[in-house]
Amino acid sequence: MMSSELFFKPITELAALLESGKTSSVELMRAFVGRTQAVDRRVQAFNSCDESDALAQARASDLRRAAGGAIGPLDGIPVGLKDVIAVAGQPLTASSRMLAGFVSPYDATVTRKLKEAGAICWGRLNLDEFAMGSSTENSATRTTGNPWDLDRVPGGSSGGSAAAVAAGEAPAALGSDTGGSIRQPAALCGVVGLKPTYGRVSRYGLIAFASSLDQIGPFARTVEDAAVALGAIAGHDPLDSTSFRSEVPDYRAELARRRGPWKLGIAREYFAEGLDPEVGAAVEAAIAHYRKLGCEIREVSLPHTKYAVAAYYIIATAECSSNLSRYDGIRYGHRSPAAADALDIYFKSRAEGFGAEVKRRIILGTYVLSSGYYDAYYLRAQKVRTLIRRDFLDAYREVDAILTPTSPTAAFKKGERAADPLAMYLSDIYTIGVNLAGLPGISIPCGFTRGKLPIGLQIIGKPFGEAEMLAIAHAYERDHDWNRQHPDLR
Amino acid sequence: MNYEAVIGLEVHVQVKTRSKMFSRTAVSYGQPENTLTDPVVLALPGALPVMNRAALDQVVKAGIMLGCEIAPVCKWDRKNYFYPDSPKNYQISQYDQPICLGGFVEIELPGAARNLMGGHRKIPLTRIHLEEDVGKLNHSAGGSLIDFNRAGTPLMEIVSEPELRSADEAFAYLTALKTVMIYGGVSDCDMEKGQLRCDANVSIRPAGSAALGTKVELKNLNSISFVRAGIAHEIRRQTAVVERGGTIVQETRDYDGQTGVSQSLRSKEMAHDYRYFPDPDLMPVRVDEAWKARIRAECPELPFDKQRRFFSDYGIPYTITSVLVPDRGLSDFFEEAARLSGRPQAAGNWIANDLLRELGRAGIPLADSKVRPPHVAALVKLLDSGAILGAAAREVFSAMMETGELPGAIVDRQGLRAQTNTAELDEWCRAALASDPRSVADFKGGKDSAINAFKGSVMRAAKGKANPKLVDETLRRLLGEM
Repeated sequence: MMSSELFFKPITELAALLESGKTSSVELMRAFVGRTQAVDRRVQAFNSCDESDALAQARASDLRRAAGGAIGPLDGIPVGLKDVIAVAGQPLTASSRMLAGFVSPYDATVTRKLKEAGAICWGRLNLDEFAMGSSTENSATRTTGNPWDLDRVPGGSSGGSAAAVAAGEAPAALGSDTGGSIRQPAALCGVVGLKPTYGRVSRYGLIAFASSLDQIGPFARTVEDAAVALGAIAGHDPLDSTSFRSEVPDYRAELARRRGPWKLGIAREYFAEGLDPEVGAAVEAAIAHYRKLGCEIREVSLPHTKYAVAAYYIIATAECSSNLSRYDGIRYGHRSPAAADALDIYFKSRAEGFGAEVKRRIILGTYVLSSGYYDAYYLRAQKVRTLIRRDFLDAYREVDAILTPTSPTAAFKKGERAADPLAMYLSDIYTIGVNLAGLPGISIPCGFTRGKLPIGLQIIGKPFGEAEMLAIAHAYERDHDWNRQHPDLR
Repeated sequence: MNYEAVIGLEVHVQVKTRSKMFSRTAVSYGQPENTLTDPVVLALPGALPVMNRAALDQVVKAGIMLGCEIAPVCKWDRKNYFYPDSPKNYQISQYDQPICLGGFVEIELPGAARNLMGGHRKIPLTRIHLEEDVGKLNHSAGGSLIDFNRAGTPLMEIVSEPELRSADEAFAYLTALKTVMIYGGVSDCDMEKGQLRCDANVSIRPAGSAALGTKVELKNLNSISFVRAGIAHEIRRQTAVVERGGTIVQETRDYDGQTGVSQSLRSKEMAHDYRYFPDPDLMPVRVDEAWKARIRAECPELPFDKQRRFFSDYGIPYTITSVLVPDRGLSDFFEEAARLSGRPQAAGNWIANDLLRELGRAGIPLADSKVRPPHVAALVKLLDSGAILGAAAREVFSAMMETGELPGAIVDRQGLRAQTNTAELDEWCRAALASDPRSVADFKGGKDSAINAFKGSVMRAAKGKANPKLVDETLRRLLGEM
């Protein structure tokens, strides 16, 4: 089989090829190694990749299959990992100078689960440093390009994961989403990106940005693939106190079982000024399609949406200021060679190790937690957060899911917003509320701009309602071929 | 002018658990450096804490034993500060909702009243909260090394109200607190291993005044005696400053127990802003009534309650209870022996005097003693019945310590049983009376002590095995018949 036939196939098809013996995991892995070598000099999605380790994992999968012990749909399938998810023996840098050269001695829980499902951990994918950003331009290692237009950003912070899948360097990848960091780059790169309900997937082994908002989730070509990947990584973990104790449904099987029609909500607040008309039109067309499928479209109100960005940047920065204090140059990571004493190690190592955006957020977070300001900022932001969650839960008394654009615009040019943090923060205006409310959200391709840039539709589900949300996404995807179009990287 | 001291203590106690506060790695002392670590302890990227419920059990137990109100929810906060012994550069602690509120430590005051179990005082507590210990810095000329073995050990902070008035009261407070913790199995409180550490807030004010003076915090008081000495020194220092017309500066001072000198570490201006906020990695844990009831059922009787009971129910004097009670194992040993013998006072004397002396001499802990409560009880009964005499009993005791045999067997084998054959005794007594008519006459003449003249020869005839009481009775009976 020609390797070029493999790298844009969904997991479900690759699994069928492996199952039937038409290809092997080693052949598959070689195809993705070759593809990555061919295109990643331009895409720059990977911080690092360990080909020999990946091929060894592929050989193990083939042996397992030959012995009749194949595990399931992910056995032998490469999955890329954002460089904030720990893989034992592999670098873990968060795209920061602070962790240059750091090798994780342990596996994250999602890594262990992927390995147990037979998947091949493939490469370390670029991101905005410590997952802080919306364009992956805040990476200290490289600037990732959007495979649809390499002069544009892939979104962020999981830009490397989105770009790798879009460019055919991996059939699926894991990212993390704190304010939109899976869904927004998925939208900008034209792939499926799913952020699970807070607590659905263990955070153990995920470098923390904002602990109460972070969730790991999959990037994939199809909704069905996202369902397969989510099923592999979801579930309670005794190593993460915030992970939820409940059964994990068979998401893939549920896709076929749940056929609608659904009641779907549209929130006026998500179609306000700042929304690019082309994006708006594509999302309206998607909504019209749901209507055609027999779904009832209802207006819902999410009145506290306007406070979401402000509350988010207080809570997220407060938590990150504390989470990132462990990077101090004492036990591991960058230590300034110029440091003379303990205090100097802190000051110089952190000054040299962290980039500007990370520093900005640490300073902001330190400020909002300061004695005398805590009540006015952090406590108030937590109250806003409660109101935002209540808005959603009120709406879910009437509807099964809410449809919004994922991002107000398609991919923007590199450097365009780099000098204006506020403009950059508004890239996540439609995704942040979902994190504050702890809800699941998925972005699926719903069209292209005239300039052939992908557009994403966001479907926001009920708490732990991933199965329904995936089914709703699947109903749209079945009738469209956006995901069978691929960027031209020749 | 007369000054009075106002003292509050902040005591850190390592909670006895198998594993650390927020990870599964073992807690142990004296292991090779940095062997008791894991990703959580070392705060590696991505590691997350998970609460050790056994540690919470222990603090709830401490709280119940000290009469605290137990919070319905155990909530965790982060205390942010940078220091190389703190791997995360924040400590997981409890800020605005400590797990235990109020409560008290009962202390014993010096003076005669304590002999009657009077002279006790309840020192109120502000709070007890649970947190994690930090690592240990070892400074040397070549640089500083960090051992993270201790990092993450469950630690509770017990804060008293400023209700202590002297260095001796502070000493009594720590002694009592330590005993309660050991009783409950909450901590071993070994200060040499850093399992109990104490900071003291000390101020002085004119006697009778209600206002509080400026407080000085004393740190690194690493033995209970140093606490007493350090506080006494600080009270003298402050009094001298005030009497010279100076003012006390709010500061933290380091007291060196070896030299008896204290020096300033930092002043108030360098106080930290810890930026406390709820730890988003840890969900609050509900401590419901069933949980508390389960722990309450595990709580032992408090030491002073036990001491009062021994005093009032058994009539055991303070000199003995003060030896038996502080050691829970020893007091259990005693109660068992008291129950088996039916003679608590005699059992208490044997245990507090002979047993402890012999164990101490041989360097054997009570748990390894071959003499167990049934041995003591049997010995007391043999003595009581007159079957053996005091001198023989001591011999029996030594033999029991050696062999672990029950006293009856030893008495028989070594021929230590007292003479109880009354016909034989009558014969010896008659012979004694017959040999000394003068003393018989003296006795008859009203000189009661003349009876003693016969006892020596009776004892000689009995080879020391006659019961003196029985000898006395027999002589009086026979004299009466004459």
